[in-house]
Formats: sequence, structure tokens, C-alpha cells
Amino acid sequence: MRTLHFCEACGKVQPPAPVDYFTFFGLPRKLKMDVAALDRDFYQLSRKLHPDINARAGSHEQEWSLQQTSRLNDAHRTLKDPIKRTQYLLKLEGVELEEQSKSATEQARETGQLKKQIVPPDLLEEVFELNMQLEELRGNKKMGEDDPALIEEIGRQKLELEEKHDELLRELEAHWEQWDALVDREQGGQSVVEDERKKALSPLVDVLNRRNYIRNLVRDVAEVLES
Amino acid sequence: MSSEHIVGIDLGTTNSLVAFMQGDTPVVMPGEDGSNLVPSVVALDARNQPVIGNAARGALIATPDRAVYSIKRLMGRGVDDVQEELKFFPFRLAPDLQPGEVLRIQLGEKTFTPPEISALILRQLKRNAERFFGGPVTKAVITVPAYFNDAQRQATKDAGRIAGLEVLRLVNEPTAASLAYGLDKKQNGVVAVYDLGGGTFDISILKLHDGIFEVVATNGDTHLGGDDIDNLLITIALDDIRGDLGLDLRKNAEAVQAIRKAVIEAKISLSSQIAVKLEIELPGGQRYQREITREQFEQLVQPIIERTVGPCKQALKDAALKPEQIDEVVLVGGSTRIPKVRALVKELFHREPHTDLNPDEVVALGAAVQANILGGGSEATQNMLLLDVTPLSLGIEVAGGVTDKIILRNSTIPASATQFYTTQIDGQANVAIHVLQGERELAKDCRSLARFDLKGIPAMAAGIPRVEVKFLIDANGILHVSAREQRSGKEAEIQVQPSYGLTDEQVESMILDSLDSAEEDFRQRQLIEARNEAGTILAALEKGKQSAAWSRLTSDEKKKIARMEKALNQVKAEDDYQAIRKAVEALNQGTTRLAELMMDTAVSSVLKGKTMDEADLGEGPAAPHPVAKAEFE
Repeated sequence: MRTLHFCEACGKVQPPAPVDYFTFFGLPRKLKMDVAALDRDFYQLSRKLHPDINARAGSHEQEWSLQQTSRLNDAHRTLKDPIKRTQYLLKLEGVELEEQSKSATEQARETGQLKKQIVPPDLLEEVFELNMQLEELRGNKKMGEDDPALIEEIGRQKLELEEKHDELLRELEAHWEQWDALVDREQGGQSVVEDERKKALSPLVDVLNRRNYIRNLVRDVAEVLES
Repeated sequence: MSSEHIVGIDLGTTNSLVAFMQGDTPVVMPGEDGSNLVPSVVALDARNQPVIGNAARGALIATPDRAVYSIKRLMGRGVDDVQEELKFFPFRLAPDLQPGEVLRIQLGEKTFTPPEISALILRQLKRNAERFFGGPVTKAVITVPAYFNDAQRQATKDAGRIAGLEVLRLVNEPTAASLAYGLDKKQNGVVAVYDLGGGTFDISILKLHDGIFEVVATNGDTHLGGDDIDNLLITIALDDIRGDLGLDLRKNAEAVQAIRKAVIEAKISLSSQIAVKLEIELPGGQRYQREITREQFEQLVQPIIERTVGPCKQALKDAALKPEQIDEVVLVGGSTRIPKVRALVKELFHREPHTDLNPDEVVALGAAVQANILGGGSEATQNMLLLDVTPLSLGIEVAGGVTDKIILRNSTIPASATQFYTTQIDGQANVAIHVLQGERELAKDCRSLARFDLKGIPAMAAGIPRVEVKFLIDANGILHVSAREQRSGKEAEIQVQPSYGLTDEQVESMILDSLDSAEEDFRQRQLIEARNEAGTILAALEKGKQSAAWSRLTSDEKKKIARMEKALNQVKAEDDYQAIRKAVEALNQGTTRLAELMMDTAVSSVLKGKTMDEADLGEGPAAPHPVAKAEFE
């Protein structure tokens, strides 16, 4: 059901309703998305809601069109990107990612340190070895020594990690189906148990956590290499 | 449709223009001198009246301490930022500037904030438009560089308000240019706009489809433009002069401005000629001469032009596009006439740039199109809509001096983000928030936008209040903040200390209101009338000198009349209407006898209502004998 953005009778902009992004576009909470259709809807809604188009309306309508359009843009931006879409859905479902957990954030705020993350088990060995190498490189740089072989090796590992990072997106998309199937069932009138819901969501969390971890690691490596 | 005209204004670093949509075509409105371009130059004349545009250019050389150019470079900036500008521009900061105060510059004996100077230019454009329409103009769309930050945008809006204009929208310059282009071409595709103006550089990449102008990415440098090329040439000329002639003219304002004028002319000539001769008259009568070839010029300015490459590449990267995927490159800004710049653009984008549109006018024309869209105007703009982006990421400073980005650059605007805050101490009523713009990790490397104090948080135990703060970037690219404590539902009060801007009260007090110009108009009218009176009496005097009566005056009387005539001629050329009136009266008194003589009739009390003892009838100040009149016959 799409939110009523306009009065059906007179076409005037309505005050924004506090709905989530999916509902804003009249979409079910499914992860697989027809992005072209989303874009088309986005442009169509923009043509009606945008402040420029409502510049001659009364001051209430102008205010609402500003609120509505910012919501429209935020919703479009979030739903268009596969990662952001997945993260948003998880948030709606009350599931937090490691990086985003409130306690981690607060601790970081207090200590001023970057949030620590748990190393994904399948990466333990690699990460261990890479950290050793980074230590070595940092030490070299401090002494002013040069070790091109080391730098090349680290560079190679960085590339591998970047590839893994990209692959994880595809892995994520593969897990979408499980969640989407549940949504279809619910829409079909069947009920879905909390356990099933959790089961469908947890691989998504797992992939995103690993992906975030690798992204941060790549960033750290880049920093050391460039310093 | 409103019958009121909404105009589009390009408030440029070097030149400003005003335009409107005439039917289906945008058109620039010229000034009284017939020129489409109003140089962004402001001067104060001898009576501290502002002079704007072409009329002010002479003042740059003649009275440089009473004139200013390129004021756009100072808009929305603080004292610290402008230290770089001060090295190359003759901006004179007010000597009594306090830290944290809005910048003021000195013009003659007066000081002005940059928005006030810009307002004078805007007011001139407003008047040009009003003259064109024969009616009032109070609403405008004003363009800004896409890369302008929040403070610079706010300063521009303030300038509009001070000038008596309601600024309906700020439009980014490259986006405006694309509107003019798109209106012209009516084609779908991907367009890059390369805008190199007097002081700023912008590169924007847009997707045009079915009347929608969607900015995909934008980048730029607000410290890069034709002015930098000019300054380089001026520096070289000054060094040359010092070397060749042993003259250090760096502190000689008139000389520097004369050099500036000459190098700008040379720069422009070199766009169409291979070589040009620089000839400047220096104080002391010496001449500086030098030939510059295009090749030499290109070598000199290469590092400056090169600085546009980084932003272009970053914009392409942000847009996830390769140069081959760009269908058209549109050039904007006078500096894009330089052949080397065109060559660089061709190299970057692998195609010949589009040069059909006048690079000086295209931004104003586009602003007129946007004005038309807002006003719901013509058929041509029915289906047009601009979807622009914010050029810089918006962030909050968090513990450790790190920036937490809440709205990323190139997000379509309007855009918003919500953050939650809580208190650290029991009963804490305020929370301080520092908002920044920029891409860097550390807050100190980003631009401070404003500090907000959330006040009036209901007293609760520490960590309990949940204050929802909403950051909204509107369609002008300007930030608005609202806050609400969720548990109590109370709206928290937000006090904004803009880092570089004027408060609402300050803007109010600066508004160049109608009272101001009404006074000016009154004065003008009085002046015209007084001068007419002067003209009349001087003409009458001339006649009198031709008449037989003249010889009957004593030499003393003639000398006195001559003195008064001279005095009147002098004040007539100035603009103190009261002084003119006084001088007219004095001459009137002094020629009463002459007038009587010329009348050739008996003096009677009818004579200009003067009584005998008021009229200056004879030698010396003694009152005449009533019988004296009989002697005249």
C-alpha cells in the first residue's frame, strides 16, 4: 500500500506520514529490488513533491513538500544501494550490526578509540599474518628502511581482500532469497515464526559484518602503505 | 500565473548579470549603459555614495582605497581563511575587527561586510530589471558556485535580503548552465559542465532525461579562477619591473591596479593572438614594455589550469562514469575562452567541448529558466525539474576530534539525517553539537559550519534523555536543524552560532530599504531644481551684461556681481543643492539694481517684492534715499 502523498481530490501535497522507506514507495520489505522501477517511481514522485514545483503553494504545503522530498530522497538513496538496503531492513527488523551497536559506539565516543571488531573466524589466519606484516612495515618506516618485497606482498594481499570484499556482495544477494521467501509467505496469508525470521536474517548480518571488517582492514593497510 | 517578474541573477566574481524568461527564451537585461555585464566592482565616490559596475572601474586605478573587486572571494569566510586572499588582493580589513566577528573591509572612511557589498551589486541589477520592466522586482533566483559551502550560501542569501530581494532559490552555477543548455538542445544524455570563472571552479556531471536535470556528482575549488592567472601575471610584471627598472611597486596601489588592467587585456588578447605587447605607464613617467607569446603564457598558467584536473577526475569517479560515457561537455565562465583550457578539457573528456553558448551569459540565462520554473511560467519549462546535490559531506564532531559523516557528498537535496543525543550528567540541560562540512576524517581538517547548543532538555538522570536531532539540507543547500526530546516530546531550543555569518538581526539592520533611496531621490530632485534656478539667473545675467544698463553699474557693483557669478558657477558643478540655492539668492540680491535698470521703469515695490532697504541699490551698504529712484530716469 503506498502512502498517500497527495490529496486524491485536489492533488495538493500532504503532510509527511511517519512511514518506513519501503512503505513510502509502496513496496514490500523485500531485499531483491527492481531498481529501474524504483528510479521511475522516484522521478515521478519528485515531479510532484519537489519544493521547486510547489513554490507557489501555501506555506504549509511548501513546508510539507520540503519534508516529503527529503524523505523521498533519503528513501531512494537507501533502497537503491544493495548494501544500504540490507542494512536498513535489518535496522527495521531490530537487528544491529556489530559496528553499529550502541554500546560499541558509546565506548568509542568515551575513549575516542575506533571501535574494535571481532575477527571473522574464516579470516583469522590471514588477519594474523597481515597484522604481523603491517607491524614490520611500520617498524621499517620508522627506521627509514625500505623493503620492496614486503610492500609488494602487502599490496598483493590488499588486492585479494578487495576482491573478497566485492565477492561478499554477491554472497549477500544470494541470501536475500531466503528472507524474501518469508515475506512472500506472509503476504500470502501464512504466518512466520520468530525463529524463521531470525534464521533468514542472521546470514545477512554475518556477511555484512565480514564485509565491514574487511573494508576497515583494507583502509588500515592503505593508510600504512601511504604513510 | 503571477504577474510579478521573478528574475535570474548571476552574481559573479568578475561580472554580474540579470535575466528573465521572455516567452520561451531567457534574455539578459542590460544596464543603462546598454551593457549586459555589470562588473562586480563597487566604489565610493567623493561624497561616499556607492558607484557600481562600469562606472566604478575607473576608481580601481584612480582611488584604489575607495574601490573593491572580486568580493565574492570573501563571502562566508572568516578572518583566518582570507589571509591567503589578502596576499594577492588589495582587500583592506577594518582595523578594529574582533576575533569571531564577521569580516569587514574598508572602503574610504567606511567599512562594509562582504554581503553588504554584494547587496550593492544586487541592487544595481534589481534597478536594471525594474527599468526594463517599468515595475518593481522583489523576487529572484541567485546562482552560487556548486562547491560553495553553507556559510557562503547563507552570505549570498543575506546579500539578497539586504538588497530588498526575496531569494526564492539559490541555484548552483553549473546546474543553471545545464538548464540553459538543455532548454536549447532538448536532448537526453549525460552532460559535464566545466565552469571556470573569475574566482571559482566547478565541475558537475548531470543526467538529462525527459526534462529532469539530475546532478550525479559535483566537485570543484572555490579558490581557483581567472583571478589567480591575473595575480600570477601581476607578480611576474612586478618582479620584472623591479629587476629592469629598480622600482618596487608592490605597495603602490595605483600602479598595481594599472598593471592588473594591462595584464588582463593581454590575457584576453592572447586567446585570439599568438603574441601581445604589454605596455604600462608607471608612476614617475617610466614605461614598462614586454612582449608575451601565447606559448610563454601557457607555460606560466599551466600549473593553475592543471588544478582543475583533480576535481574533474574525482567527479567522474563519484559518478562512476568514464569520460567516454559523457555525451557533451559545456564550457562556462570567461576563463574557458583560453585555448589552453579548451585543450585540457578536450584531453580530459576525449571530445571537443560545446562552445555555442556564451560562457559569460549562460549562467544568468539558466537562472532565468529556474526562476520561470518556480513561477510556474511558460510551456517550455512545464516539464523541467532540477534535482541537485550537496557538494560536501555533512558531519558531526564526536569524541576524539573525529568527524562522523551523517549526510554524504553528492546526496540529492533536500536530504536529511537524524541523530540521537543524550546527557552525561544528571540534570544536564544543554548539549553542544559541532557541525562540519568536508571529506576529511578529523574535525579540525573540515570546515566548521556551526555550533549548536541544544537547550531546555528536561532535567533527568544522565543518559536518560533521548534528544532526536534532525539535520535537513534544503533545496538551496543550506542546513536547518531541529531537535526534540523524545521522552517528554519537548522541542529543544537550538541556538546557532554561525561560524562566519551574520545573525538575522544584523541583516535586518543592513537592509538598504526604500527610505534610503527615497532620500536619495529627493536629494536628486532638489539638486536638479536648484541647478535649473542657477541656469535661469545666469542666463538673465548674460542678457543683462549685453544691455545698456550694464554700463550704468559702478565698477564695484560689477566686481561684486562677478564674484557672486563665479561662486554660483562653482557650486553649480557640485551637488550640494542648498549651497546652490544660497548662491542663487546671493546673485539675485547682487543683481537687483541691474534688473531695475533693465526694467527701465520706475522702481516700485512690485520689484520682486523687495523693499528699498533690502535692495542693494548703490555704493556701499547705506540704505538709499527714497528720492534716489528719481535719479534713474
